[in-house]
Amino acid sequence: MHRPPVDPTLPGPRLGRLGLILVQVVVISLFAALGARLWYLQVPMADYYRELAEANHQQELVVPATRGQILDSSGRAMVNNRTELVVSADYHELQGMDDGGEAVLTELSEVLDEPVEELQQRMRLCGPEVERPCWPGSPYQPVTLAEDVEGPVALQIMERSDDFPGITAQAQALREYPYEDHAGQILGYIQPVTEEELEERDELRSRFTGIDQVGRDGLEATYDNELRGTSGLRTLGVNNHGEVMDVISDEEPVAGRHLITHLDMNIQKVAERALEQGMEQARPENIADSGAAVVMDVKNGGIVGMASLPTYDPTIWEGGVDQETFDEILSEEAGEPLLSRAVQGTYPPGSTFKIASMLAAVEDGASLRSTYACPGSVSLAGQSYENFEGSAQGSVSLRQAIIDSCNTVFYNFGYQMWQKDGGLHPDGEPDETMAETARDLGFGSPTGIDLPYETGGRIPDRDWKRTFWEETREENCERAEKGYPDVDDPSAAAYMKQLAHEHCVEGFEWRANEAINFAIGQGDVLVSPLQLATAYAAVANGGTVYEPRVVRALAEADGSEVEEIEPTVKNELPTDDETLNYLQDALTEVTKSGTGQGAFDDFPQDEISVAGKTGSADAEGRDVSSWFASYAPADDPQYAVAVLVSQGGTGGETAAPIAAEIYKGIYGFESSEDSEDVEQGDPVLPGGTPHEDLPTIREDGSIETLEP
Amino acid sequence: MLNEMGGPPRRPLELRRTVNSAAGGARRLDWILICAVMGLCVLGALLVWAATLPGDGGDPMESTEHLTRHLAHMGVALVVGLAVASIDYRTVRAYAPLVYLFTLVGLVLVLTPLGAVINGSRGWIVVAGFQYQPSELMKVGLIMVLATLLAEPRDGETRPMSRDVLFCLLVVVAPLALVALQPDLGTALVLGAIFLGMLVLSGASVFWVAGMLACGALAVAAVWVFDLLEPYQMQRLATLMDPAADPQGAGYNSAQALIAVGSGGFEGTGLFQGEQTHGRFVPEQHTDFVFTVAGEELGFLGAFAIIALIAIVLWRVLRIARACDLPYPRMVCIGVATWFGSQSFVNIGMCLGVMPVTGIPLPFVSYGGTAILANMLALGLVLGVNSRDRGFE
Repeated sequence: MHRPPVDPTLPGPRLGRLGLILVQVVVISLFAALGARLWYLQVPMADYYRELAEANHQQELVVPATRGQILDSSGRAMVNNRTELVVSADYHELQGMDDGGEAVLTELSEVLDEPVEELQQRMRLCGPEVERPCWPGSPYQPVTLAEDVEGPVALQIMERSDDFPGITAQAQALREYPYEDHAGQILGYIQPVTEEELEERDELRSRFTGIDQVGRDGLEATYDNELRGTSGLRTLGVNNHGEVMDVISDEEPVAGRHLITHLDMNIQKVAERALEQGMEQARPENIADSGAAVVMDVKNGGIVGMASLPTYDPTIWEGGVDQETFDEILSEEAGEPLLSRAVQGTYPPGSTFKIASMLAAVEDGASLRSTYACPGSVSLAGQSYENFEGSAQGSVSLRQAIIDSCNTVFYNFGYQMWQKDGGLHPDGEPDETMAETARDLGFGSPTGIDLPYETGGRIPDRDWKRTFWEETREENCERAEKGYPDVDDPSAAAYMKQLAHEHCVEGFEWRANEAINFAIGQGDVLVSPLQLATAYAAVANGGTVYEPRVVRALAEADGSEVEEIEPTVKNELPTDDETLNYLQDALTEVTKSGTGQGAFDDFPQDEISVAGKTGSADAEGRDVSSWFASYAPADDPQYAVAVLVSQGGTGGETAAPIAAEIYKGIYGFESSEDSEDVEQGDPVLPGGTPHEDLPTIREDGSIETLEP
Repeated sequence: MLNEMGGPPRRPLELRRTVNSAAGGARRLDWILICAVMGLCVLGALLVWAATLPGDGGDPMESTEHLTRHLAHMGVALVVGLAVASIDYRTVRAYAPLVYLFTLVGLVLVLTPLGAVINGSRGWIVVAGFQYQPSELMKVGLIMVLATLLAEPRDGETRPMSRDVLFCLLVVVAPLALVALQPDLGTALVLGAIFLGMLVLSGASVFWVAGMLACGALAVAAVWVFDLLEPYQMQRLATLMDPAADPQGAGYNSAQALIAVGSGGFEGTGLFQGEQTHGRFVPEQHTDFVFTVAGEELGFLGAFAIIALIAIVLWRVLRIARACDLPYPRMVCIGVATWFGSQSFVNIGMCLGVMPVTGIPLPFVSYGGTAILANMLALGLVLGVNSRDRGFE
């Protein structure tokens, strides 16, 4: 093309041309760089950003499953779910309002009769800087503004929904205890999940709503996974304001399974009431600070009733416990009511332990047909050991030794076995027949009950002594050297120093006096009421030690499937039938003419014969604790009942009458006590046997209870 | 003035052109440039439409409110632009000081209570429902005034002297300061870029050019050292260094833009089908971040087409500049090219996470009446130059 001639003196042609070509090159490279960046983002990185985009516009909402109920053996709900009316707000909707929802909350505060500041605080999301009251959950979950709202108030909010945009009133499920303050320690409770629990349990983490609760004790804890069910997951399409645009997928929650327990609510009530009244009567002569009563089905180890005092009202957990109440029930002044004395409490068993001593003696060679001296006192290894109140019986059979609870007979057994094992310095491996027999009966290790925090008790022998010595030696040896300068009384300090020296030097020795005391359930031996019931159940049923079970079956909420939990045998006693029958016979006589006679004076033993054994256990620095371990009917045992009253006096005085009351309740005998809960004379269970059938759970979720 | 009045003798070709001026005007227009701009406008209209659909992805035909207004803006702007293109640029040049002063007054007014604050920046004047953004028009005014000053050496001078450069500096500092007060850092940057670009290519002394560049560097250093930026501006810069640092806070815009663009992939989700666009995750997606809509819905193909079209526009404008023999029209073209180039690069760069987030629109594509009007005016200036710059009409 033609161009006008260029004046070479002008700046344009000289400078511009070159500069412009340079600029064009720069422009092309800059925009090529943009194109390359675009390629990088959209081709190699596209999948990465698609994933991010997905997370961006999809919000997962966890829909909690209904927690399963806890039923007694006939289908009565001990824990179920109550619905209450809750007023909640849509976080995003209120945030999106021009005034941040203030007008709506002000209106609402008048209807609810609560200060608007309070409501505004509850609308805040909890965080490191935001303390309660605030919302601990997800902003996609309805924010709870008021719980347990009166019907008319809720109705007002529902009807005037135009005045309350973003506010809803709806029913919400809460844990409820229809029988109120019964079986608290067995049922347990649920509490908001902690950070640690979330870390430990994958299934909680994957479907965490932010307000999840987990079982913290009792059946709620042991069967938490079964009761919990599976939360549903609703995937919502949301925009940048968090407004829900559509439902992308919806996975329905699966309700938790119901627990059908071996418990019978009425027997539970009977046991609790009998224990409470028995302890009441033991006072004020005795301290009777705490107690436990276990009712076990000897045929399968099922826990039919289990009382522990002091107890508490589980309804405090309804709708969440406040800190003050929680601190109070954890305090020592309240007697630690959360603690189940039956499962977690251990005490020296006293004479109830003599079933183990007798079986051990027979194992060791003592004859069922011989007689044994029952003097007022015996002198063994240079020390004198006395009978209870020094009573002497002359020569007695083993049977009579059990009936009258003759200590001296068993002192001798203990000493003989100790000597046989080589005394202080055993030659080779000692038999430890006494300890082994006790362990066979289930003592010294957790029974394996389906409740948390069970303790195993203690069966002392040479091994235990050595372990204990190794653990305490350092401290004892230091004390042996430095003494007790912090103890004021010089003679006491000197004695303690001497003791520390002995423990330091020869503390590993299993001494004669320890073996002798062990034989009558004293000294270092510790058992739980549950262990004792398990052992007596084994004696009753012919030698089978069952793992105790509270739960009998797990049922789907729609009844579609019921999984029965088979009894688990922990051990079979090696004892032959003759010995066991002999022992059963002796125990049967205890309530007729022996130490338990007083308690069963008015008990119709011709109808239901009770076999049992009293125990009165001494512990250092404490009053005598009262025991009664038993089973009935003696000829065809069904239930084992073990009762403990800590510092409650002798077994025959306090514990045996409590057991008698429990049996009266079970079999419907006239009780000497007035009762509000149980009708006089009607047996709690017809024929005195537990239900064979399970209650039926209908498809609609309702429960058909079994008629008594 | 000297060159246009006097100059070399006329040639036969020029005679014919003069004779055929009415019919030949259209033939002398740069049709490649016009097609590229029209391509950007059409894509822009579709993207603005897609960006303003209701979130639930309803029928696009039922939510054409923004589209209609955008098309109306474009229609008005096209007419004005064509008018400017058809008027002799020397006539237009005579109005340069007026345009400049008019917009300067506008920039003062936005800082008074007459100004409206939109997105944290006091940059608009609202009159009878119409929003007018003086800073967009100022780009045109500034280019015209700077071109006049830089392209008119006095007798015996062959390039802008210090006196001219100093006067230019005065002319550019006033609007720059006013825009910075709004505060609208993006536009201030573009104004600065226009000045620097025109100065560099004006033939002014290298000392001045170097001095200005040094001043620019010093200004950046001063801003950094004396902490003159608002915290949010500092955060935007920090975000650019590390986009993942605070995706919900300062980095939100940037992170969401990257997600929208990246998730589009090679082919895109299809027009009106973008999930990110529907969910409005990227803010200002019909104005400053409109490129992300192209990235998501049209994919690499569509987004690259926009980059390519802009590159074509710049290439054609610079080509016209190169063809100019006279300094004024050349400076106008250079100014327009610097403007479109810097603004497009910063805008697309921010959508791709390589430039800090600033509130400036993508020329011919973004929604915004004043911006489109200014773009079309500039296009009109360039086209007018193209059709007439032979110096003898």
